[in-house]
Amino acid sequence: MIGIGASPGIAIGTTFVKRNPDIEIKKKKIIHADEEIIRLKDALLKSKEEIRLILKKAADEIGNEEAKVFEAHLMILDDPEMYGQIENKIRGAKVSTEEALEEVSKTYIGLFENMDNLYMRERAADIKDVTKRVLRNLTGADTVSLADIKGQVIIVADELTPSDTAQMDKTRVIGIITELGGKTSHSSIMARTLEIPAVVGAGKEIEHIKSGDTVIIDGDKGTVILNPEEALIKKYTAKKEACQQLKKKLKSFIGKDTITKDGIKVELAANIGTPEDVDGVLKNDGEGIGLYRTEFLYMDRDTFPTEEEQFIAYKSVLERMGGKPVVVRTLDIGGDKILPYLALPEEMNPFLGLRAIRLCLNNKEIFKTQLRALLRASIYGNLKIMFPMISSVEELREAKKILEKVRQELKNEGIRYSFKIEIGMMIEVPAAAILSEIFAKEVDFFSIGTNDLLQYTVAVDRGNKEIANLYNPFHPALLRLIKNVIENGHKEGIWVGMCGEIAGDPRLIPVLVGMGLDEFSMSPISILNTRFIISNLIKKELEKKSQEIINCSTAEEVCEVLDSICVK
Amino acid sequence: MINVDVVLKNESGLHARPASQFVQEASKYKSDITIVKDQNRYNAKSIITILSMGAGKGDRLMIEASGEDEKKAVEALQALVDNCFDEGVAL
Repeated sequence: MIGIGASPGIAIGTTFVKRNPDIEIKKKKIIHADEEIIRLKDALLKSKEEIRLILKKAADEIGNEEAKVFEAHLMILDDPEMYGQIENKIRGAKVSTEEALEEVSKTYIGLFENMDNLYMRERAADIKDVTKRVLRNLTGADTVSLADIKGQVIIVADELTPSDTAQMDKTRVIGIITELGGKTSHSSIMARTLEIPAVVGAGKEIEHIKSGDTVIIDGDKGTVILNPEEALIKKYTAKKEACQQLKKKLKSFIGKDTITKDGIKVELAANIGTPEDVDGVLKNDGEGIGLYRTEFLYMDRDTFPTEEEQFIAYKSVLERMGGKPVVVRTLDIGGDKILPYLALPEEMNPFLGLRAIRLCLNNKEIFKTQLRALLRASIYGNLKIMFPMISSVEELREAKKILEKVRQELKNEGIRYSFKIEIGMMIEVPAAAILSEIFAKEVDFFSIGTNDLLQYTVAVDRGNKEIANLYNPFHPALLRLIKNVIENGHKEGIWVGMCGEIAGDPRLIPVLVGMGLDEFSMSPISILNTRFIISNLIKKELEKKSQEIINCSTAEEVCEVLDSICVK
Repeated sequence: MINVDVVLKNESGLHARPASQFVQEASKYKSDITIVKDQNRYNAKSIITILSMGAGKGDRLMIEASGEDEKKAVEALQALVDNCFDEGVAL
């Protein structure tokens, strides 16, 4: 069986199958309305008690964000309007409590699901979850509760709701398989937070799995093997142990500074796309966020996100990072990333076209909305704003001018924002790298985006397989540019970071340390390994090596020098 | 019965967190509390109603309460709106 690998790792074990019974509501006329009302009140009370318990458990085990869902559930259960309508239906139409409840909640679910605001649509899910719970309490339907699993199990379910996961005894769950869902569904996020291997969206086939079966799940690849042979179990057990060994070693680096043997400290930050990704950053002890790709806020929807929606997202990231630096990159759309609701002219060379800052400067209202949301959120943490794809000083100045205008507007409206926001730019266009000496006088920091910088420097489309061999991060031209940018930044006293792939590449990390890179930003799972690597380096020696690398003629020669470092 | 006119000055209006805060505050009082917007009446103690009302920044509302603690209720809700639900607006 193949699904979506939603949380990495391997689990081998016995299954515990949880399927939600379909509660069938029999339509029947009732005689004693008062009795139905009493049943309704009892079921509501019981549901409230259950949710209060779950709320407490969720707050203790997962965190306050998760717990908020249940506070919303409680408010829905207490809602006098909804209650009144159900009561009216029972008395007026003489229908059973179940039928009345279902009809009323259906109306509201429909109402909320059709709103164009994401927050409202999420509330529809809350009403659904609450209704199910009350119905279960009304019918006394026997559901398998995740609260009483025994031993260590792999949970198999059609899908897991927040109430399901909050109830389950997480110390007993070693893996999760679901029929529905995707990478961002609730079960996936929870599994990643708790570091439990999970495969989601495995489809109807999982109906063949019975409680007590043996399964192997590979959360990296998304595979599920039902009743595997002995040889396979052996193979996966070995793989699992190797993973765990490494994990254990890396865990010992949590809470430590990232510091070379000769005492040079650097900052290890994380790249994120959504507020939920902060979980992984905190878990892996990221020292900040070096790249928050805000375009995800704009994708997978039909309209631009409002200022308020953006504000909520930025505020949540800043608050959760608790004063640690958060570098937010302004909208980087265009190129290979398009929005269904923003008509852009077709381009011959989209990567050389209207994208990122160019698009924002051409559509100032979009840009200003984002900047307003960012400034308003700035009082909740340590915000740094970064402009992508800057290729000329004029562009940078114009972007800064718009930011200043937005500041002025907020001030006039009496809206607070932080006065200490650092403003930086991505170095991903060769022109910016070459002019970095001048740019450094006008920004507070640089962050080198190596994926694009390499693509533009060697003039290779990184998606084209025919010339993939030419897209080589060991190209001496790229490394020279990087060294130059770092030196030019330091000459003006600003810090220089890197948020491209190679910042987390074990082979290149030593030479980047040697060049004096101040901040490395990478996917959260690479952080601890990088800290481990850096803690074994001596910067003084690497400074010489980085000079050697600059003098290399070919990528091959660069690799030879790198190998001479990595041998240790 | 007493009532008071208010204007929503906070960014998100009566959505998300402010809506919950408003309903939670209203639910503390025994009085019947109604919000009147564009001549429609909404139950201030119902989160579902308040959310579906869709009141945004700049909207004018009337808060109306009747019951033994009507004065207190109106004052508390007015303060909540005037202080922008602690969203941090004023300098």
